[in-house]
Amino acid sequence: MSDMAVDMGRRRPFVVRHPSVLIFLAALALFTVGVTILAEGFGIGVISTSFVKTLGKTLCLCLVALAMDLVWGYCGILSLGHMAFFGIGGYAIGMWLMYARTELIVIESLAAAPLPPTPQEISDGIATQIFGVVGASEFPAVWAFAHSLPLQLAAVVLVPGLLALVFGWLAFRSRVTGVYLSILTQAMTLALSLYLFQNDSGLRGNNGLSGLQNLPGLDQVPQSVVSMWFFWASALALGLGYVLSAWVVSGRFGSVIRAIRDDEARVRFLGYPVEAFKLFIFTLTAIIAGIAGALYYPQAGIINPAEIAPIASIYLAVWVAIGGRGRLYGAVIGAAFVSLLSTWFTGGQAPDVNLGFYTISWVDWWTVLLGLSFVAVTLLAPKGIGGLIDLLTDRVSPDRHGADLGPEPGALREKEADR
Amino acid sequence: MSTLLEVSGVSKTFDGFKAINNLSFRIGRRELRAVIGPNGAGKTTFMDIVTGKTRPDSGTVLYGDKGQSLLAMSESRIAQAGIGRKFQRPTVFEDQTVRENLTMALDGSRGPFAVLWSRATREAAHRVAELAGEIGLDGTLDRKAGELSHGQKQWLEIGMLLAQNPKLLLVDEPAAGMTPAEREHTTDILVEAAKTRAVVVVEHDMEFVRRLNCKVTVLHEGSVLAEGSIDHVTADEKVIEVYLGR
Ligand SMILES: Nc1ncnc2c1ncn2[C@@H]1O[C@H](COP(=O)(O)OP(=O)(O)OP(=O)(O)O)[C@@H](O)[C@H]1O
Ligand SMILES: [Mg+2]
Repeated sequence: MSDMAVDMGRRRPFVVRHPSVLIFLAALALFTVGVTILAEGFGIGVISTSFVKTLGKTLCLCLVALAMDLVWGYCGILSLGHMAFFGIGGYAIGMWLMYARTELIVIESLAAAPLPPTPQEISDGIATQIFGVVGASEFPAVWAFAHSLPLQLAAVVLVPGLLALVFGWLAFRSRVTGVYLSILTQAMTLALSLYLFQNDSGLRGNNGLSGLQNLPGLDQVPQSVVSMWFFWASALALGLGYVLSAWVVSGRFGSVIRAIRDDEARVRFLGYPVEAFKLFIFTLTAIIAGIAGALYYPQAGIINPAEIAPIASIYLAVWVAIGGRGRLYGAVIGAAFVSLLSTWFTGGQAPDVNLGFYTISWVDWWTVLLGLSFVAVTLLAPKGIGGLIDLLTDRVSPDRHGADLGPEPGALREKEADR
Repeated sequence: MSTLLEVSGVSKTFDGFKAINNLSFRIGRRELRAVIGPNGAGKTTFMDIVTGKTRPDSGTVLYGDKGQSLLAMSESRIAQAGIGRKFQRPTVFEDQTVRENLTMALDGSRGPFAVLWSRATREAAHRVAELAGEIGLDGTLDRKAGELSHGQKQWLEIGMLLAQNPKLLLVDEPAAGMTPAEREHTTDILVEAAKTRAVVVVEHDMEFVRRLNCKVTVLHEGSVLAEGSIDHVTADEKVIEVYLGR
C-alpha cells in the first residue's frame, strides 16, 4: 500500500469511505420527503394519517432491528430480549404523556370549583383518573418523575441502559454464551412482562398505558400533523442510528466485535477484554432499542405488557435473519419488509385463498407463512434479502467446504460470508 | 541471565488423568527454547496454563520483573502483560482481511472505549505493511484470511504474534503443513524474534528443532524428562526410549 493511499484513507470523510451509508441516507431522505408530500398533514393527502403512523412505526422497528443486528449479526450475541428494552422505552415516555395530559384534564375540571384546588387535590385527581382501572388511587413509586418530561426522557435511555448493563455484566462475567445466553434473555423478558401484567406493578397491569397519541396541551393540533412530527423524528432517529452503527462497526472496534462473534477465545489471547466489548455492545443496543420504543408507542397510541412478551424479541431476530444479518441495511430491509407485510396480512387486507375444501384466512395463517419463510431463508438463502444486493455487486461466498468461519455458535456460516 | 517466566511444581489433572505432573520450567528474557515430547506429553496444556486458558490444580507461575503470578489473571490481561501465543491449529479471523487481522493484533490500547475512538493512523498502516512483508503476505493484505492456504494462515498468525510485540512468545507447532522453504523462513523469524524476547517453540520435527540451535526441553507425561543442547538430549537414553526410539 502506498503512502498516498494511506493518507487518502485518513482524509476522506467517514460517509465517503462507506458509500452504503450515503446510499442509505439518500434513500431514507427521499422516502421521508415522498411521504411528507403524499400525506395529509403537510401534503396532498393521498396517504391516510393512520398509514403515516404505520410507516413511522416501521421506521422505529427498523431502528430496533439495527440494534439487533449490531448485537447479534456483528457481535454474535443472540439476544432474545431486546424488545423488552424497546417496551421499557415506550413505558418511560408513555408515563409522562399520560400524566401530563391527565393533569391538564384534572386542572380544568377542578377550575370550576369555588376554591382553587390544592396540589394534593390535583395529584389525587390524576392518580384516581390513571389508576382507577386497577382499583388504586395513589401514585406508585415508579411514577415519581412522571411529571417531568426531561426526567422521563432520561429514563428512556437510562433504564434500558442500566438494566442491560447489570444483566450483561452478570451474564458475560460468568461466560454464559450461545443458547444459554439466549434462554437467559428470554427469561428476563418473560419475567418483565409477567411483572407488568400484575395490577400492583404500578403500571396499570394488562391495561397498559393508553391515549399516548395525544400530546399534552396540543389538543388543537390535528393527528395528521402530529403523525408527521413523529414520522420525521423516527426518520431522523433511524438516520442517526444508522450512521452511529456504521461508525461503530467500522475500524478496529468493528473488527474486534466480528472477531468475537467468530472466535472469542482467540480474541482474548490478543489481549482484548471480550466481556467488556460484549457489555458495551449489549448496553449500547439496549439504549438504541429504548429510544426506538419511545418513538414507536406514541404512534401506536397504546402500550401494554403483551408488547414485551418473549415472542416479540424472537420476531425481531427473525426480521434480522430474513433481511440478512451482519450487514446494517439487511436488518433495516428485513424489519421494514416483514413488519409491513405482517400489517398487510393481519390487517385483513390480504385476500383469503379459497381452496374449495378449505379457506386460508391470512389473519390466522400469516404466522405459519412467516415461520416457513424463516426456515426457508435459514436453509436456502442464509444471506437473506440483503444477499440480493450481492448479486448486483458481484460479491460471492467463499467455498469453505461447509465449514463456518469460527468455532462460536454465533459465528457466520459459510454461506453468510462473502469473499 | 534474568528469568522472565518461572513455572514451578505445576500439576493439572483432567478427569483423573495427570496431563501435567509437577512441572517446573524457567526461561530467560532473551532466549529461544524448543520443547519436544511425544503426543499427549502436555506441551499444549503447558501453554494453556501459562496463557490462562487452563487453571492448574497446584503450583506457581511467576512472570516478569516483579515476579507477578499469572494464575489469578484473565487471558486478556495475561496477553496485555506481554505473552503472545500461536495455536497448534492455525487460528486467524477468517472473515476478515489480512490487514484487519494484523491491525487487530498491533500492540496498543485494548479497552472498548479506547478502541472505539482509535482511528487508523499512518504509523499503524506502515507497521502492518512492514509485517506483511516480513511474513511474505504483502500481496494479500486485502484478501480475506479464510482464502489463504494453510501455510499462509500459519504465517499470518506468526505475523499477528509479532504485531503484538510480546515479551514472551509461545509457538505451538509453527511448521506443521509448511513446505521445506517455508520452514526455513519460519526458523529465521523465530531466531530473529528471540534476539529481543523469549520464545518457546513446540515442535515435533527434529530437523526443525536442530536448525533452531537452542536449548531443548523434553516433556514426557507432564514433566521434564531431559533438558540441554539438542545433542545432549538426543543422546539421553530415556529420551530415546520414550520419544525418538518409537
Ligand atoms: N481440556 C482437556 N480435557 C481433558 N483432557 C485434556 C484436556 N486438554 C488436554 N487433555 C489431555 O491432556 C493430555 C496432554 O495434552 P496436550 O494437548 O497438552 O499434549 P501435547 O503434548 O500438546 O500433544 P500433541 O503433540 O499431540 O499436540 C492429553 O492426553 C489430552 O488428551
Ligand atoms: Mg499439542
